[in-house]
Amino acid sequence: MQKFTQHTGIVAPLDRPNVDTDAIIPKQFLKSIKRSGFGPNAFDDWRYLDEGGPDIDNAGRKLNPDFILNQSPYDQATILLARENFGCGSSREHAVWALDDFGFRAVIAPSFADIFYNNSFKNGLLPIALGADVVDDMFDRVMGKQGLELTIDLATQTVSCDGEEISGFEIDAFRKHCMLNGLDDIALTLQYADEIKTYEDNRKKTAPWLF
Amino acid sequence: MSKAKTLYDKLWDDHVVRTEKDGTALLYIDRHLVHEVTSPQAFEGLRIAGRKPWRASSIVAVPDHNVPTTDRSAGITDPVAKLQVETLDNNCKEFGLTEFDMSDVRQGIVHVIGPEQGATLPGMTVVCGDSHTSTHGAFGALAFGIGTSEVEHVLATQCLMQNKSMNMLVSVDGEVHSGVTAKDIVLAIIGQLGTAGGTGYAIEFGGDAIRALSIEGRMTVCNMAIEAGARAGMVAVDQTTIDYVKGRPYSPTGDVFEKAEAHWSTLHSDDGAQFDKVIHLNAADIKPQVTWGTSPEMVVDIDSVVPNPDDISDKVKADGMRKALAYMGLEAGTPINEITVDKVFIGSCTNSRIEDLRDAAQVAQGNKVSDNIKLAMVVPGSGLVKKQAEEEGLDKIFIDAGFEWREPGCSMCLAMNADRLEAGERCASTSNRNFEGRQGQGGRTHLVSPAMAAAAAINGRFTDIK
Ligand code: SF4
Repeated sequence: MQKFTQHTGIVAPLDRPNVDTDAIIPKQFLKSIKRSGFGPNAFDDWRYLDEGGPDIDNAGRKLNPDFILNQSPYDQATILLARENFGCGSSREHAVWALDDFGFRAVIAPSFADIFYNNSFKNGLLPIALGADVVDDMFDRVMGKQGLELTIDLATQTVSCDGEEISGFEIDAFRKHCMLNGLDDIALTLQYADEIKTYEDNRKKTAPWLF
Repeated sequence: MSKAKTLYDKLWDDHVVRTEKDGTALLYIDRHLVHEVTSPQAFEGLRIAGRKPWRASSIVAVPDHNVPTTDRSAGITDPVAKLQVETLDNNCKEFGLTEFDMSDVRQGIVHVIGPEQGATLPGMTVVCGDSHTSTHGAFGALAFGIGTSEVEHVLATQCLMQNKSMNMLVSVDGEVHSGVTAKDIVLAIIGQLGTAGGTGYAIEFGGDAIRALSIEGRMTVCNMAIEAGARAGMVAVDQTTIDYVKGRPYSPTGDVFEKAEAHWSTLHSDDGAQFDKVIHLNAADIKPQVTWGTSPEMVVDIDSVVPNPDDISDKVKADGMRKALAYMGLEAGTPINEITVDKVFIGSCTNSRIEDLRDAAQVAQGNKVSDNIKLAMVVPGSGLVKKQAEEEGLDKIFIDAGFEWREPGCSMCLAMNADRLEAGERCASTSNRNFEGRQGQGGRTHLVSPAMAAAAAINGRFTDIK
């Protein structure tokens, strides 16, 4: 997994609640059996005026000039600022792969859907949940200054702007540890293989119908 | 005396292998359901790391999202979809996993076939790389959707790193009126709770109206727990659950069944168990529901009108409503029963079980699909549901009325195969998501119950089935 320690980058404001995973990466791209290459199709329905598909070359497609991520400097954004319930809908990790592949390293929103939130950590994309009023304030700042940059520091759990701390954020200690060190959590879990086996052996006795 | 526990507490405690200092738990997974869309990268990861599935017997795999619902003898024509389904077939062969492939009569939507086979049992932890895994909670199981990295994690370790959710009880008290189904109950719950209302919670659905539901109905309710933001929804085990499970292929038999049954009958929240949040709905107040917008919480009673964003003080919410109205091509104030539809879809893991088809057939019987309907289709949830429906003559009823009778799969629930809406088309759908583009780019989805969908097909517009 990609490490996350500290990151500074341009913030793109996506001013709508309930941005769902179908919007982040429409279903036709889910037919891929790969993990990469979803970036050009992130937010496909909003980003392009014509319809895309897994076998359509994006270079020849018409961009929607009104969509924020098509506008400079937001096409270079690495932090996404959104409204509540970001990433709701399906479990498709392709949504995280698409955001990552686009270049995003973090998403800030008042709340995230659980599965999306989990998936983000597995890919080194940092989801930061902040109070709705803090997010409101960030939207004001971003709207007030084109290309505003934020700095996110995972070790200190802070978001700052021009050297001034705007907000702290919460994160589970275990997730933080994995993200800071870019740990492969399957390898971590396999350290406990004996405990898993012991649990399993017990269950075979107490609940044999499960095996 | 030990502390009174909720059903969720019991299921959780039963599956904890170990706990980290910060409370993150390693949770053992009993059943792993696999489909073609979210698994290829997980198997690939497994192969690259030189790992094998920890317990192959815990896995049941099925292709469902990408399969054609018309004649299958020619196979899948879309080469990209075909490769994905073949990849699943090959992965299952390589690792020795049970798969109901496209030619198997047991094939169907993963959340329909798990319970149908008895592969979902009370007290289990059930996961699948699919958010609607919450469906299986109807059996008093802890069931939730996971991403592809987690699919790989379960394949490799039989466990997941999880943080415990909070407990919520949604109690639907009293009796519903006739014509009000499980789908209406859950849409009404989401309308009240909002699509993020359940975020961070595991929801137990209780109350007389839930107890009175069949297992199929309970699955419909739990299926949409995720639409309220909750990763898991569940219903306590009772005689209805045990009767359903008994005699299914994966279900235990003889002495083991009796032992299991004794355990299953403890799977309910104890008296005095503490919930972090409790919500009550009065069943008698629930009417047939229709969504009008692009989020399942945008839902109203059949006899009301499309709401007006100007009446909402929350600016973010009002803006969201305006965007939804524009996308849906609707005016505030329009009576719901004046909205005409172009297509009707009866199917999906929410509403494609035998009971759903019976409900819809009852409305369709002796009637004809309205002239303004371009396509009305019924897609059974599995080959076995299809077979049973045909034995009951439901296929005839649908076909005589002008519906298309299809092969099982996800179909127009998410339109990954050829079944889809064209831009601007309006659909009465028994599925679970009305997001922009969900059923095809530019398509407009209204979520309803099977009976309401059938009525919309017959009348060409939404109609109160009461
Ligand atoms: S029927 Fe729809 S919601 Fe259910 S698993 Fe298939 S695509 Fe997902």
